[in-house]
Amino acid sequence: MTDATSAPKAAPQRKGLAALEVDTRLLGMIGAFVLICLAFHFASDGRFITPRNLFNLTIQTASVAIMATGMVFVIVMRHIDLSVGSVLATCSAVMAMMQTAVVPEWFGLGLDHPAIAPLAILAGLVTGALIGAFHGWLIGYLAIPAFIVTLGGLLIWRNVAWYLTSGQTIGPLNETFQLFGGINGTLGETWSWIVGALAAAAAVWSLISARRNKISHEMPVKPLWAEAALALVVVAGILGFVALLNAYTVPWRVLEREFAARGAVMPEGYSEGYGLPISVVLVIAVAIVMTVIARRTRFGRYIFATGGNPDAAELSGIDTRMLTVKVFALLGVLCALAAVVASARLTNHSNDIGILDELRVIAAAVIGGTALKGGIGTIYGAIIGALIMQSLQSGMAMVGVDAPLQNIVVGSVLVFAVFVDILYRKRTGARD
Amino acid sequence: MVDYSGTPLVELRDISIAFGGVQAVDRVSLDLYPGEVVGLLGHNGAGKSTLIKCLSGAYTRDSGEILIDGQPADIRSPADARHHNIETIYQTLALADNLDAPANLFLGRELTTKLGLVDDARMESETRKIMARLNPNFRKINEPVSALSGGQRQSVAIARAVYFNARILIMDEPTAALGVHETKMVADLIEELKSQGLGIFLISHDTREMMDLCDRVSVMKNGQLIGTERVEDVTEDDILSMIILGKNPRAAA
Ligand SMILES: Nc1ncnc2c1ncn2[C@@H]1O[C@H](COP(=O)(O)OP(=O)(O)OP(=O)(O)O)[C@@H](O)[C@H]1O
Ligand SMILES: [Mg+2]
Repeated sequence: MTDATSAPKAAPQRKGLAALEVDTRLLGMIGAFVLICLAFHFASDGRFITPRNLFNLTIQTASVAIMATGMVFVIVMRHIDLSVGSVLATCSAVMAMMQTAVVPEWFGLGLDHPAIAPLAILAGLVTGALIGAFHGWLIGYLAIPAFIVTLGGLLIWRNVAWYLTSGQTIGPLNETFQLFGGINGTLGETWSWIVGALAAAAAVWSLISARRNKISHEMPVKPLWAEAALALVVVAGILGFVALLNAYTVPWRVLEREFAARGAVMPEGYSEGYGLPISVVLVIAVAIVMTVIARRTRFGRYIFATGGNPDAAELSGIDTRMLTVKVFALLGVLCALAAVVASARLTNHSNDIGILDELRVIAAAVIGGTALKGGIGTIYGAIIGALIMQSLQSGMAMVGVDAPLQNIVVGSVLVFAVFVDILYRKRTGARD
Repeated sequence: MVDYSGTPLVELRDISIAFGGVQAVDRVSLDLYPGEVVGLLGHNGAGKSTLIKCLSGAYTRDSGEILIDGQPADIRSPADARHHNIETIYQTLALADNLDAPANLFLGRELTTKLGLVDDARMESETRKIMARLNPNFRKINEPVSALSGGQRQSVAIARAVYFNARILIMDEPTAALGVHETKMVADLIEELKSQGLGIFLISHDTREMMDLCDRVSVMKNGQLIGTERVEDVTEDDILSMIILGKNPRAAA
């Protein structure tokens, strides 16, 4: 007789691992990511899981991850957006022109004015919001299918971007603006630890307050040990991530130049880690805000309700057309944020920025468990999906797989991931 | 007994609506008094659901007037109807399958915290309370309603209509998916709500049930109203012949 059969049938509280009530889908995706990392690590003789490579992986993922969180909402609403890469390009072009022509010359503020980066970013965000809202209006109010509207947008905005810059590469971009690009803007070790500690404290606080809220409404809660174990894993995860990024040290020559510029001499044995890139902090902030929107606001609730049953949502008094406008506008804003990160990382705006991003973004959302028939999807899933896509791509490049084969693998993984997801849903008994 | 001397709770006057070439509802007039149950009968496609959807705001009528408490009410959307305390249980139930029972019950009217965020814990505990009253066997509070049986889904839809203190309740085939026991519970609920002074429009194909639950019954055929009779004044056979022949035997007599 095994333990399982001798256990009492109807335990009042779930025992063992089940008591943790962790999301098995989340565990599965993290597991898949870890497996991919390990596989490439061995295939590349230990070059994959290094602070340097993982640092690069996070900053390469940032722009797709930001857009993927917004794509989740669009797909949950039973729509699609094929235009994100092109909208990114138009926003990037607008921001590049703001930095190099509009603010310095038309406003006459010169090339180094501190207002350049904020004004450029503001203009980009407004552009993204307007384009998205316009798409949403065509889809929601004129009832043109999202597939068609955004397929048109894919062609239109790519070439609007071309006209805005007369087809030229615009750069180098403003120095403050470049801080959002990754390696050009990191928090350094001390600030990274501070941010990490704050994040850990916030995570623990949210676990405690969720528990208190449940108790106050006399609802069942997990055993204390399970709650504590969960908190421990979360805190270890956050601090481990910070430690990893801090372990990637700034090259010795760069540091020496910095000291020389200040007129000082670098002490013997001095070293400094990069710490959290600002772009990664941005991704985390976007992820938190989008998760709160999805789970804790009426706006988010209505997005999921409309995706689950548009008629029911409408009969409940929800204005689904306006909701469509808002959801596409939100994705537009996220495309603009992604444009900041992407162009800052390249230090210039080029015509091919964001090409094929629509496919990466949709794939990230879908690998992350967003169902194309609507109503189901998570923000964390989309971000892990983006990480998985990027790690496959950089891993294969690292071990020397040809570019055509890389694409074949990524395409197959997309289809396979969706198949696994279907199996998972069947096993867990969800009807759809 | 229903008091017919005051102002009706609802008056529908000459309501018409067409879809393309189909005149789904053709100049139908009905009224409903506080504490009254009015039944709507008719064959499939007679226009019953379409008529009550004009009152619930799901459709906007082409012509005709709606009066609530004797005052003209301009109902053009479900939100308008809710402002007039009209609650509806739709034939299709109108639930978001991917959300759980509390999210569906409060859809469009979520309880929020001081910060304006949705208060899931409070909505869940309210749902437990109302379900304990309506359907004590209901356990699957935290599962998507797609995982519920037809009858369980129906009780979620009924709970939604009852929770928000409706004055006018529209029930479009509320017992269609229910077992004997649950049907009895709905009948008891209708009696209870009636005694609280609600006005109820009830649609059903079960003539026997309608004779028991309703004060008056109206019969529709091909979008037109055949007649409205007090249940004391007619037999089940009279009603059946109205449904089938489309003629009111009492009017002819
Ligand atoms: N949205 C719509 N578009 C087009 N035609 C419609 C629509 N809704 C209803 N109809 C038509 O209006 C007529 C009345 O339909 P309705 O749903 O009101 O019937 P019903 O009396 O409720 O029937 P049942 O007993 O089957 O529920 C039918 O001919 C139907 O095809
Ligand atoms: Mg009907």
